Amino acid sequence: MKPFPLLVCMCLFVSHAQAAESASPYPATSLARPDSPETTPDAAGFIRRWIILEPIGCNGLTDSAVQAAVKTEYFPNQFSVIPRDGDSVTVGGTNLVWHAVDTKGYNVNLYHFAHSLGKPSSFVLFWAVTVVNCPEEIRGVRLAIGSNAASVWWVNGQEVVGIYGDRQTVIDDGVSRRLTLRKGQNIVRCAVINGGGATDFCARFLDAEEKPLKRFTVSVGQAAK
Amino acid sequence: MKLILAATIVLSAMRAVALDGQVQIHDPSTLIRCDGKYYTYGTGGSCLVSDDGWTWRRGVAPARRGMAPDIIQLGDRYCLYVAANLGAQPKAAINLIWNRTLDPNSPDYKWEESGVVASSDGIEDCNAIDPGLCLDPVTGKLWMVYGSYFGFIRLVQLDAKTGLREPGSEPVNVAINCEASDLIYHDGWYYLLATHGSCCRGSDSGYNIRVGRARSVLGPYLDHTGVDMIQGGGKLFLGSGGRFIGPGHFGLLDLGDGVQKFSCHFEADLDRGGASVLDIRPLLWKDGWPVAGENLREGTYEIESVRTGTALELAVEGMPVGGRRARRNFGGGPGGPGGGAGGQRPNPFTGQGGTIPPQDVSQVSTNWPAGNVPVRLANYLCQSQQKWTFSAVTNAGGYPGSPYFRITIEGTDRTLAADEEGELVALSSFTGGPEQLWRVDQLTDATWRVMPKAALKTAEPLALSAIGSSSVTLARFDPNSDEQRWIFKTP
Repeated sequence: MKPFPLLVCMCLFVSHAQAAESASPYPATSLARPDSPETTPDAAGFIRRWIILEPIGCNGLTDSAVQAAVKTEYFPNQFSVIPRDGDSVTVGGTNLVWHAVDTKGYNVNLYHFAHSLGKPSSFVLFWAVTVVNCPEEIRGVRLAIGSNAASVWWVNGQEVVGIYGDRQTVIDDGVSRRLTLRKGQNIVRCAVINGGGATDFCARFLDAEEKPLKRFTVSVGQAAK
Repeated sequence: MKLILAATIVLSAMRAVALDGQVQIHDPSTLIRCDGKYYTYGTGGSCLVSDDGWTWRRGVAPARRGMAPDIIQLGDRYCLYVAANLGAQPKAAINLIWNRTLDPNSPDYKWEESGVVASSDGIEDCNAIDPGLCLDPVTGKLWMVYGSYFGFIRLVQLDAKTGLREPGSEPVNVAINCEASDLIYHDGWYYLLATHGSCCRGSDSGYNIRVGRARSVLGPYLDHTGVDMIQGGGKLFLGSGGRFIGPGHFGLLDLGDGVQKFSCHFEADLDRGGASVLDIRPLLWKDGWPVAGENLREGTYEIESVRTGTALELAVEGMPVGGRRARRNFGGGPGGPGGGAGGQRPNPFTGQGGTIPPQDVSQVSTNWPAGNVPVRLANYLCQSQQKWTFSAVTNAGGYPGSPYFRITIEGTDRTLAADEEGELVALSSFTGGPEQLWRVDQLTDATWRVMPKAALKTAEPLALSAIGSSSVTLARFDPNSDEQRWIFKTP
């Protein structure tokens, strides 16, 4: 993995030298740019590769405020797009860029993400997407997530779990009902809304025995050539 | 006066639920299960039968009638030990009769006599009645304690296959001045439970169950203060309480998965005209001692997960008790510490003055979605969507000790139910389906297990289970996990 970010994302796969040249002016980040086409969940099943949109201003952490926020259409195909690293969308007249990241820990530190881009991390909404590639259909699994603060999650376009209020990230805080991962690509999408201060999230799948699921690979959309 | 009235209202709201049906019996044996039914036998040939352990009816008297029998299954035989005085006390004998089934309608139903296994001659310091059987789970040996005042409680070894007296087994004195003794094993200790006090005087009966323990089955059985039961010791296990007076004749009912209950009779149920009645209650363990639990009382509770410390709630947006208040600004802004003089925001730490009443569910529920609503776990904040009312459901059956309950948000008809996917949901109303009926068992650590009578699409018994910090599901009960353990707190 390489330090994040590259302020101008021309290609998903870059060299260490290139990355070093674009080192963040901020303290050490927990994020790096992916350097392989796909990866695997970590030993505890956490998904460490995501593509994240630069933050959108947002306020309110109650159930109704969060639901209203995430159901607002900010950009076209918001609930279906598989963004590529470097893609951009326009939200409220502002150009926002998708960034592919690998996290060094079990969680994705959105404060690091925003701070290294010079973006705000308080009172904002982050969209994040990843692709889970399954070698076979897997039934009876659950998406288990934690976030600071509220978040809503979709798997293959279906909303599966939401947690609300001003809260800290706890592993497996919210757990979905049993669902089926199909053979091939499965799109996991989340919207994390932060109030003030630190912000991060974590996610993994649990199998039917509630053990971490690891029989899949993870990828994100590659940058346009 | 107002205080007394309020206390009365609370007590009546938390109503205890007694066994249903014909439950009059004296000196009941240990409960035993045969072909899916529960049986118990009492003094004078009485027999009670139940399909579920909740609703009882009169059964058929065994071939030998006597005093305070006990029963145990040995292989494919049900062995009933029946005592009788031979003339005046304390001359007595305990006889063994056995049957391959306890169902009188079975073609195999036939009592066979096996003879005397213990006796007293009327002179010695023992009255050979009130047998209590224990199959030692460690050694496989079969033990019987017996006796009733007139001297000692005695222990003899029986043949674990035939049920007859083990040749050469001489009686060992283990306690004195009590009766209705029983022996159980738990976690490296043998526990002798015996009934002190007087029986057979209705609501004036001083019966109470006491216990001592020993590392060796032969004793000495000491109570928690170190007094030997052979010198009159015994830690109180269960005395009179509520509307029930004079408990006696302990019998262990082990339901598996770490769920234990016990049977006894009360000399007087004040709600049944002072009749002697059967009861079944949870058996708890604390600091190495058995403790009598209580079946769930009807009432309103917070349901807190042992796994997460969070509480079950309807997944709706909560309204803070007393209404929303602005969070105090600590950032030095107006009104905050170090802030300028222009702060007009009210200080949330000073309160609003006076008593903030409990939430009125009819008001806060106006924004709740109609129809089915998911349930989840959240920090308990005394809000309406977190208060669950347990109400016994009549004519819906039950399980040992209790009826099925419906569980609704207090003041509403929103009903906790298992859904067709084996998950949980709150229905808009109670319609009586088995997925809306809940079995609530107190576990040996005093926490509770909550199970639907039936979950759709599966015959597997499932229990309310915390998954993650904020989610709930139904899962097979794991006695070694906290996920299916719940604490009920009065809100």
